[in-house]
Amino acid sequence: MNYPFWIAIGLLMLGLYTMIAHKNLFKKFVGMSVFQTAIILFFMLTSVKRGADLPIVSAGAVGASGFMNPLPHALMLTAIVVAVATAGLALGILIRLHATYGSLEEDVIAAGPAPADAPPAPGAR
Amino acid sequence: MGAHLPILPVVLPLVGAMLVPIVTLASRRAAWPLAVGAGLLATVAAGAGLVSVALHGTTRYAVGGWPPPWGIEVVLDPLSAFVAVTVAGVSTVGLLAAGPAAERLPRHAPAAFYALALIGLTGFLGMVVSGDLFNVFVFLEIASISSYALVASGGGPALPAAFRYLVLGTVGASFYLLGVGFLYALTGTLNMADLATRVAGQHASPLFVGGVAFVTVGLAIKMGLFPLHGWLPDAYTHAPAPVAVLLAPVGTKAAAYALARTLLYVLRPSDLPVATILAWTGAAAILVGGVLALRQTDARRLLAYSSVSQMGYIALGFGLATPAGLAGAYLHILNHALMKAALFLSVGAAALQGRGPAVHALGLGRGMPVAAACAVVAGLSMVGVPPFGGFFSKWYLLEGTVGAGEPVLAGVILAGSLLALGYMYRFTEEVWLGGSGASPTPAEDAPKGGHAAPGAGGTPGATPSAVAIGLVILAAVTLAAGLGNVALVGVLAPVTGLR
Amino acid sequence: MDLPSPLPGLALAPAALALPLIVLSRRRPAVRETWSVLASVLQTALVLAMLPAVRDGARLVWAPASLAPGVPLALRADALGVFFATVASALWVLTTIYSIGYTRALDERAQTRYFGAFALCLFSTVGLALAENLLTFFLFYELLTVATYPLVIHKQTHAAVLAGRLYLAYTLTGGAALLGAVAWTYALAGRLDFAPGGILGGAAAPPAALWALFVLFALGFGVKAAVVPLHTWLPVAMIAPTPVSALLHAVAVVKAGVFGFLRLVGFVFGPGLLDDLGAATALAALGGATILLGSLAALAQDDLKRLLAFSTVSQLSYILLGAALGTPEAFTGGVLHMATHAVLKITLFFCAGAIYVTAHLERVSQLDGIGRRMPLTMAAFAVAAFMLAGLPPGAAFVSKWRLLVGAAEAGAWIAVGVFLVSTLLNVAYFAPIVLRAFAGGGGPRVAMAEARPAVLVPLLITAAAGVVLGLQPEAGHLLGLARAVTADVMGAP
Repeated sequence: MNYPFWIAIGLLMLGLYTMIAHKNLFKKFVGMSVFQTAIILFFMLTSVKRGADLPIVSAGAVGASGFMNPLPHALMLTAIVVAVATAGLALGILIRLHATYGSLEEDVIAAGPAPADAPPAPGAR
Repeated sequence: MGAHLPILPVVLPLVGAMLVPIVTLASRRAAWPLAVGAGLLATVAAGAGLVSVALHGTTRYAVGGWPPPWGIEVVLDPLSAFVAVTVAGVSTVGLLAAGPAAERLPRHAPAAFYALALIGLTGFLGMVVSGDLFNVFVFLEIASISSYALVASGGGPALPAAFRYLVLGTVGASFYLLGVGFLYALTGTLNMADLATRVAGQHASPLFVGGVAFVTVGLAIKMGLFPLHGWLPDAYTHAPAPVAVLLAPVGTKAAAYALARTLLYVLRPSDLPVATILAWTGAAAILVGGVLALRQTDARRLLAYSSVSQMGYIALGFGLATPAGLAGAYLHILNHALMKAALFLSVGAAALQGRGPAVHALGLGRGMPVAAACAVVAGLSMVGVPPFGGFFSKWYLLEGTVGAGEPVLAGVILAGSLLALGYMYRFTEEVWLGGSGASPTPAEDAPKGGHAAPGAGGTPGATPSAVAIGLVILAAVTLAAGLGNVALVGVLAPVTGLR
Repeated sequence: MDLPSPLPGLALAPAALALPLIVLSRRRPAVRETWSVLASVLQTALVLAMLPAVRDGARLVWAPASLAPGVPLALRADALGVFFATVASALWVLTTIYSIGYTRALDERAQTRYFGAFALCLFSTVGLALAENLLTFFLFYELLTVATYPLVIHKQTHAAVLAGRLYLAYTLTGGAALLGAVAWTYALAGRLDFAPGGILGGAAAPPAALWALFVLFALGFGVKAAVVPLHTWLPVAMIAPTPVSALLHAVAVVKAGVFGFLRLVGFVFGPGLLDDLGAATALAALGGATILLGSLAALAQDDLKRLLAFSTVSQLSYILLGAALGTPEAFTGGVLHMATHAVLKITLFFCAGAIYVTAHLERVSQLDGIGRRMPLTMAAFAVAAFMLAGLPPGAAFVSKWRLLVGAAEAGAWIAVGVFLVSTLLNVAYFAPIVLRAFAGGGGPRVAMAEARPAVLVPLLITAAAGVVLGLQPEAGHLLGLARAVTADVMGAP
């Protein structure tokens, strides 16, 4: 039973569920982060080999098959950077959203911006 | 320089994006020509690439000199060069026409707009020329993040639309990444050509099936293919007009290209029902998008659902996978980009004068002859009236469905034309009504093309020349794409098989 | 004998060049109108230049480019194409002069758009007449739809815009059906060119498929050819200015639909295949029904132009019935009727327009005594109506007689009956107008007041042409051309 694989899948499902089920936009964002993390985790699982060493050349080097695959780690660094950038943008949008609408709940936002802060609410959406 | 030609379309906009904030320190008005110049250079580079491919065949370029399959490869073949020229060209026209609207933005906003737009262009072009699956993901995200930010720059209702776009877009890109992960686990390589050979015998493996599934779903989300299009209507409706002109024609096309490249040339899952699913989903998209577009009163939302419908044509062509079907789908990538850009631009032109966004309030017929004429041309192309480009992509798709013995799909293509007639007619009917037509309603969700002109009662002002030039270029190329469709099909022949 | 020649392409040039010139000279009406007149005259001359070669059985080919792989953008002037192009172009000359008078008299708005659209319409008409293959034909056919739209909504009233909507809905839907049919034909036959005797003969397809294909084509052409029940747009489109109704909706657009049917019967399916399928009978039945229903509807109309519209609906199906009957005489009669009906119907419309311009009357019930006020106009109307009913020695008698003979030859006695009943119905709805115009109304004597010369002269010319055609069908080589078409299609005149 490949536990790490199922944990990654479990986190993925959890993240998806959170994005769909919760009405609060920040919680959706958290769900999205968990979802992205799960995928990163999954990718990294592809680098693991039984009994393999860290992919750092040292005196006791045994050849490529004795090292873990470093490529997924490198790829995932990029993916993490992407996730961070996305997170930064998402949080920035959330801050502006809160300033305009006064709330981060989906249904409140759908009803229109808060009268005090923003242009008059438009007609029926 | 010639040796580095394949990478230039990606590098030039990136350099431009980095220069934009610097030049704006010196002069606020320098950002626009810089952006247009960067776009133009990228288009020229992509065009040179297309010519080179037509003359010499596929060109491969190893980034940083690292040889594939370990290094990242940039590949210019007929399809990628064709789509690159489309993306770069339409984006450049969009940047050109964005000038008047961007000028009205406060303080540093224009610089941010152009920088983000150029980063987005970098991303889209990078997706198109990349020969490595993970590289596609990276550039996909680069383009997407800039898209989310550009949509959000509209403020007000654009914010929840941008957030939704962000979440759904990230889900899509992450699914793509997951799929790539499956395929990497299966084959150990990320290079497209290498993976194509390695995956050939592995179709039975669950990793293959999973990889195909996730890649397809992920890219379908980014492409806006029904039923995964949820982010599209709100994003296109509430985005500022210049942003819509940049994003709507190009973004979904780059994702469609990625889908075609990955499914049809790398993975080729002939024993899985992927092609059938794509074709019928495309058919559903054509009909659903068209019907929903008919019911819209907001012009931008109408165009958004129209995009959903038109992406269905492209998916249908991919699903048919016959030479004619592919030729039709690829031509439609070009034609739809041109049509959508022209239509969103005419809405933007109306917005600059404080009109719209309701369809009946656009007032295209009043004092905006260029916008009106180009909107009519785009509408005719959308309906599929010859000799405009839109007719020919439909003709090839029709040929493909009839040749494949699928009368229902052929009927759907024709029904789609009629639906397009229905919604485009309302769009352009205003052109003929001249003096009549309701007055615009500025309070209702005014398009963020910049602040509405004072006296927003629909005072007919002149369309700024940049916008007019952009519209004319798009309309002219639409006609040229139609009359010259044989030349285009000839260029694409190596990847479609249609002579 | 296919001879390469620039003439077909040149024939397109006058109208194509006229359009930008008209737009550019929009501020100088005299110059602008000159372009229209020049273009129409030049176009007619160029089309007539192709007559000699075509009458001898040659075909002039001009294929400058490729439309799609395997399908060229090509014009091939054969007997049928030159026949239609001649009729349309010659009548354009007269309509232009008439239009100038008409629009000036009414001080119409948007005249540049009007004349420009007319030029584009005639460009499209010649293009589809001379088209070598179905795809080129389709291109010009749809262009014709688009070009006529601004003319239909010309008045820009609410009613006009609604009429335009209906017009587009019908014609573009028909266009979609036609496109499907063209694509299917390409898949079945591997080619799209118009070949005498048809190109579907060798297609490996079950009869049901060929029937379905035929139905699609019929839908596509049937809208423009105003076949019942696809005819509804035609009476509604009468809201357009009368010259538009005259040229386009009596000559160019509707004849384009009928022309499409002739191409379908003679050059795509072929009379033999249609007969085998039984589709010929279906087409004949459809044509016959339209003839009768159109005439019956005309009886009930009070609006003069709507009456003429229903009369057109009815008369167009004479051609369809002729084509469907399958005998040489009937086919020749049908083709000839394209020309005779055009000349006569345009006369009637011109008269209606003249009445509107001078007396501002549109309804039949208002026309009592108009004959005394406008004797020349009403005389022309009477002559044209009389001839259109098919009574000798009118122009339409020439075509109708051949249709009758052809029907008898085919043993199609129902068709013979339909033609005869239709003649009676024609008389029934035209005679009251003529009688009341001259004999009706009892009021004080009104001074004679014809329309201005630019409006009056064209209608006199067309009426005279009708008389001439009736007495001498070989005038303008029309009968010879019609015979050549039949020879093409059936192998015997």
